[in-house]
Amino acid sequence: MSEKQKKATAYWKENVRYLFILLTIWFLVSYGAGILFKETLDNFKIGGFKLGFWFAQQGAIYVFVILIFVYVRLMNKLDKKYGYTD
Amino acid sequence: MSVQVWTYILVGITFSIYIGIAIWSRAGSTNEFYVAGGGVSPLANGMATAADWMSAASFISMAGIIAFAGYDGSVYLMGWTGGYVLLALLLAPYLRKFGKFTVPDFIGDRYYSKTARLVAVLCALLVSFTYVAGQMQGVGLVFSRFLEVDMNTGVIIGMVIVLFYAVLGGMKGITYTQVAQYCVLIFAFMVPAIFISFQMTGNPIPQLGMGSTLSDGSGVFLLDKLDGLSAELGFEEYTSGSKSMIDVFAITLALMAGTAGLPHVIVRFFTVKKVKDARKSAGWALLLIAILYTTAPAVSVFARTNMIDTVNNKPYAEMPEWFSKWEITGLIAFDDKNGDGKIQYVADEKVNELKVNRDIMVLANPEIANLPAWVIALVAAGGLAAALSTAAGLLLVISSSVSHDLIKKMVKPNISEKGELWAARGAATVAVIIAGYFGINPPGFVAAVVALAFGLAAASFFPAIVLGIFYKKMNKEGAIAGMVIGISLMLFYMLKFKFGIFDGGKAAVAGLQKDWWFGISPEGFGSVAMLVNFIVSIVIMKCTPDPPAKVQEITENIRIPSGAGEATGH
Repeated sequence: MSEKQKKATAYWKENVRYLFILLTIWFLVSYGAGILFKETLDNFKIGGFKLGFWFAQQGAIYVFVILIFVYVRLMNKLDKKYGYTD
Repeated sequence: MSVQVWTYILVGITFSIYIGIAIWSRAGSTNEFYVAGGGVSPLANGMATAADWMSAASFISMAGIIAFAGYDGSVYLMGWTGGYVLLALLLAPYLRKFGKFTVPDFIGDRYYSKTARLVAVLCALLVSFTYVAGQMQGVGLVFSRFLEVDMNTGVIIGMVIVLFYAVLGGMKGITYTQVAQYCVLIFAFMVPAIFISFQMTGNPIPQLGMGSTLSDGSGVFLLDKLDGLSAELGFEEYTSGSKSMIDVFAITLALMAGTAGLPHVIVRFFTVKKVKDARKSAGWALLLIAILYTTAPAVSVFARTNMIDTVNNKPYAEMPEWFSKWEITGLIAFDDKNGDGKIQYVADEKVNELKVNRDIMVLANPEIANLPAWVIALVAAGGLAAALSTAAGLLLVISSSVSHDLIKKMVKPNISEKGELWAARGAATVAVIIAGYFGINPPGFVAAVVALAFGLAAASFFPAIVLGIFYKKMNKEGAIAGMVIGISLMLFYMLKFKFGIFDGGKAAVAGLQKDWWFGISPEGFGSVAMLVNFIVSIVIMKCTPDPPAKVQEITENIRIPSGAGEATGH
């Protein structure tokens, strides 16, 4: 494998690792807190919201937005590290 | 000034802005027509994507649907936002690096096959046409109610406007009008929401007002009150819902994957300069969409509570003006079954005397809450912005599928750039006329099919694109088989359980519910069809030859962000 290819493979591996972590969080806040564990979480309240209901109609969406911006930051750093910036 | 005068003024101003922008940003080349020249800034692209995405359904229908479905409505909130995470992480950066004009371009090149391209073109046309007809109906609805013109005239006015700037400006014109339309629609959605939130809870931020106590001094939480009211009238508790957990799960997944696979959303990411910008603009898009999507469930709660308070057990003769206005449109209907002159609004169909169309909740909300005339007029302008921006984005996909994917890539490869540009404009014109026709003569199934368009996109495009990027060895045999089987399965399930085609038509649909596979509704079945697509693709791939080395190189190349040139058609 050439040097160039090795670099590309290493970059891709790190990228996929980020994806895996971020998508796990994506899954947990929506399918987890908003659906699968909704009933249990509904026993807790924040303000007038039952917690599971809040995740399904508010919380999950906030986390989604944060996830994309975190991804943007992580990838910008990764691009720099491997010299893939234009 | 009356609501109608305000509406004429606001709609007039916004329409002049859209037309002005269209003239200023005419497209001169295919590059400008398809991808706006490729130099759109991430924020502008984020705004355009948000307007493109938020259709008449998001603006007019969604809060109303949630108002009646309660927790079950969460599937739309999570599904239509969570899809952007998939889009930003799994698709947008790589497709931008790939650097072509359309989604079928990617499928056709990555799977080195004209058949694959053709399958993709057909899927894109199917999804986009069903969608655009719904937008035209939304335009007609707003015109007929607020400007008191005939619904058909409304559709035709909408057609002429869209035709003007989509045909003239292509992607470039659409992008910059969408930026303006985003501003109009978000302002129009937020202003009444803030007013009503403050009125009901004393908190001007709707996202917080929804979870606050009522401002009537009772100290009761708004959501608790609504839960109580719902139970009293025999409905499901608002925060609980009635769908099964597996169905909620499946629908959410189908909507997420479908969102990420919708061609008119994906092409927006071809318009930015670099891969880095594609990621960032996905973030902006979701942030801007989230403003509306976190406000919508609050609007649902306010509207539902307000509506029950206003109508239930109140004498029909004392109903406010908005009630009779909406009665004329047929969207509210009162039938005094027990003859006591009062409105009984309950879950029990035999006793219930009031029918309310879900679509009017957002449009009527400011009137129900007694807001000033200009706010009510603003909602009309916002609804039009939402419907027109989405219609334009879809028309572009339709016209580029025809002029670029069919004519240039398959039928007449030596067509000149000028010829292709004219073909694109011609296709857009024909598409507007067909969409307008369906807007005026809606086939009964449009509304149903719009919801299912996501299932179709999830079952076809999403797996093919993801595998094309993340699985270097995926070959054309696997991808084509996956797409064909995925979308056929989805169509079959839809026809069987949504339209009852095999069991004697629409009337049989309710009785078939117990036969749903795994208890999953047709709306959620896209997630099953998507899984089948993934499995079929991988199994077939294992039994057929690897893709050529050159294609594997393409895959390796799109994974590296640097060196993304301008999007091209060659």
